[in-house]
Amino acid sequence: MKIFGKIYLGVIFAVMYLPLLVMVFFSFNASNSTATFTGFSLHWYEEMLRDSAAMDALKNTLLLAVVSTVIATILGTLAAVGIFGMRNKWFKTGVLSVSNVPMMNPDIVTGVSLMLLFAFVGRMLGAVESLGFFTILIAHVTFSLPYVVLNVLPKLMQTDPHLAEAAQDLGSTPIQAFFRVVLPSISSGVVSGALMAFTLSIDDFVISHYTSGSFTTLPLLIYTMTKKRVTPEMYAVCSCIFLSVLVLLLIMNLSQIRQAKKMSRISVIGKK
Amino acid sequence: MTDAKMRGVRERKSRTRKKGVSLLLNFPYLIWLSLFVIVPMFIVAAYAFTDASGAFTLDNFRKLSVYRENIFDSFVYALIATAVTLILAYPFAYFMTKRSAAAQRVMMMLVMLPMWMNLLILTYSIMNIIETNGIVNNLLVAMGMEKVQMINTPGAVVFGMVYNYFPYMVLPLYSVLSKIDPALLEAAADLGSGGPSRFRRVILPLSMPGIISGITMVFVPSVSTFYISQKLGGTSVNMIGDVIESLVNRVSTRNLGAMLSLVLMVVILICIMIMNRFSDEEGGIML
Repeated sequence: MKIFGKIYLGVIFAVMYLPLLVMVFFSFNASNSTATFTGFSLHWYEEMLRDSAAMDALKNTLLLAVVSTVIATILGTLAAVGIFGMRNKWFKTGVLSVSNVPMMNPDIVTGVSLMLLFAFVGRMLGAVESLGFFTILIAHVTFSLPYVVLNVLPKLMQTDPHLAEAAQDLGSTPIQAFFRVVLPSISSGVVSGALMAFTLSIDDFVISHYTSGSFTTLPLLIYTMTKKRVTPEMYAVCSCIFLSVLVLLLIMNLSQIRQAKKMSRISVIGKK
Repeated sequence: MTDAKMRGVRERKSRTRKKGVSLLLNFPYLIWLSLFVIVPMFIVAAYAFTDASGAFTLDNFRKLSVYRENIFDSFVYALIATAVTLILAYPFAYFMTKRSAAAQRVMMMLVMLPMWMNLLILTYSIMNIIETNGIVNNLLVAMGMEKVQMINTPGAVVFGMVYNYFPYMVLPLYSVLSKIDPALLEAAADLGSGGPSRFRRVILPLSMPGIISGITMVFVPSVSTFYISQKLGGTSVNMIGDVIESLVNRVSTRNLGAMLSLVLMVVILICIMIMNRFSDEEGGIML
């Protein structure tokens, strides 16, 4: 049984990583084929660095992800605090279900609905091109918001509501109380919400496809590249992304392990 | 004023202050939600019920029967993909929980890593592996065997869905399975239930919330995909997502595309509601 479990896990992981290995492997191909390996070379990595379209797309992706994450995190955190303080139960469930809509809707429906909105408003304003950076930014904030709210709300429920009141009784203004008492106690939720918003933004293709206009992000560039026969250059771009994700995950994991060790040490001291 | 009265006044004051603050904090969010979530849905509905000139019509819905097959195929492929993913991911998540804590952490990272990779590139890479002159066929020819047609078949599309959404099934399953208290299983064993009955009566009911959320997380993107079917299905598979994608890109057929989006949205919301109902009932039985 134990052996069977090990084999099962191994086989699935192998299938899971096969396309990724193919991608990394062929990014070092000397020829421009993605199916026959002719020899090792770093040619496509050089090509990638020289390709201004790829570099622009990378810049655009990061810019969009940072700006949309900041907006979504601020709006979402404030909204979560507001929703948490709501007394009217009906209103509260109403707001929460509407805010879950972008999460439950298929991406294509969210994308099409936003595109139609922007086209409609654009036509009313008489604009020639209604899509661009601002429309894709609005779209990314919209689909990230529920994830921020859903990450922050549970943390608010775990904090003691009297803490903020105590701070105010001790003379701080509501804003000071929020920044000094409430925010530190929900910070882990805010951070995980922001992280999620960031990764969703970097990875999104479908909704961006409908709301971007001529603004090109990396997934959109990959889409136009895969419409034709692609060169290993795209694999080189993706291998770099793969490497950065791997490093990021390793750092996160190591810090988690360190934290867990620290916690266990504290609990041991506590027991003494 | 007595102490109790004073407390009452203070509480009332803080409550009204809180109410005002909560509304103020929510205000930007509520505006955002109505402008970019509610209004767009109404615009989709408005497009669905009008023709290209903006006059009211039900013609779009009359054309629904033209796309009957695409809708049917999408649901069949997505259902098969979801079932296969569940069957493969359940034992996977279960075996994961049987390993040491350090191994679990590493495996969790390995499951999440592909989620951060773009779906487009993973799908393209699969295409490279299984296409007519792809890696697998090249290997087969090198070994003196005949080529196998894998790409541009429904099977390839289902494989693409299973492959891409597998982590989304594993994560919720793992999170419920790892929380099951081993003492419960011991108790069931002490009370005389064997392996299969322990699974059916203890493990399965306790993992129901994970199964439900895994199913929604795989089914919704599968049923509405257009990239996977384009790359791996070629012309043999034309899903509802492909149809919507080709219709909304042209201004003349935009209304038809809006109608199909509306139908897709309503059908999926109904599916999710039924699923949630189902999981609530399961919870009720559990209690």
